Amino acid sequence: MSDIKKFMYVNRRAPYGTVYAWESLEVVLIGAAFDQQVSLAFLDDGVYQITKGQDTTQLGIKNFSPTFSALGDYGITNIFVEKESLEKRGLTVADLIPLKYEDENDNYAEKDSIKLVSASDLVKVLEEQDVLLNF
Amino acid sequence: MSTLHTVNKSPFEKNSLETCVRLASKGNAVLMYEDGVYGALKNTAVANLVKGAMSNLQFYVLGPDLKARGLDAAKVLDGIKVVNYNDFVKLSVENDKVQAWL
Repeated sequence: MSDIKKFMYVNRRAPYGTVYAWESLEVVLIGAAFDQQVSLAFLDDGVYQITKGQDTTQLGIKNFSPTFSALGDYGITNIFVEKESLEKRGLTVADLIPLKYEDENDNYAEKDSIKLVSASDLVKVLEEQDVLLNF
Repeated sequence: MSTLHTVNKSPFEKNSLETCVRLASKGNAVLMYEDGVYGALKNTAVANLVKGAMSNLQFYVLGPDLKARGLDAAKVLDGIKVVNYNDFVKLSVENDKVQAWL
């Protein structure tokens, strides 16, 4: 039996109003270091975490959105985004940071990490997980 | 795999209950506690959301949190089971995992 578990981090909060988003990203990166099978889901206001063009310079706090682009290098290649949450906010995948990874099983071809899923597909993805962590 | 979903936020302040109901699988359990107990009451704007999900999900509400807020089982929607802390522990261990909607 494998000791590798499926960890899913569910992100439902916008990035700068509360500390949830930043804390989630920190925990995700720690979890990835332990060789677990990690995936992320962005839904509700969580989709705002991965939108393009974030600039916090006038807030004096860190813009952590570029860090999401590094997740592929940590072996985190499944990033699920709920379609209904995007639509409700007038967003499309084109508004999101294009998160990619290099597939080592396919001659390091660059592939999209973001998987746009409907609520009914997301139900199935959540059901498959061993551990669910909500932020 | 069976999942226990917990909701501890008021459905009138946050959409946690709504999202939980949208993303829980058939046969799953949903426990409302702390400010989440307001989602279990009759005659509210979310009562139909909860009633509509009852054919797929078993709802529970934590009795001590009802009592603390001056509420009781008579105000809770039919079909929702009022449970105590021991039941909460049982539900947590009987299910394969817990999804804590914040």
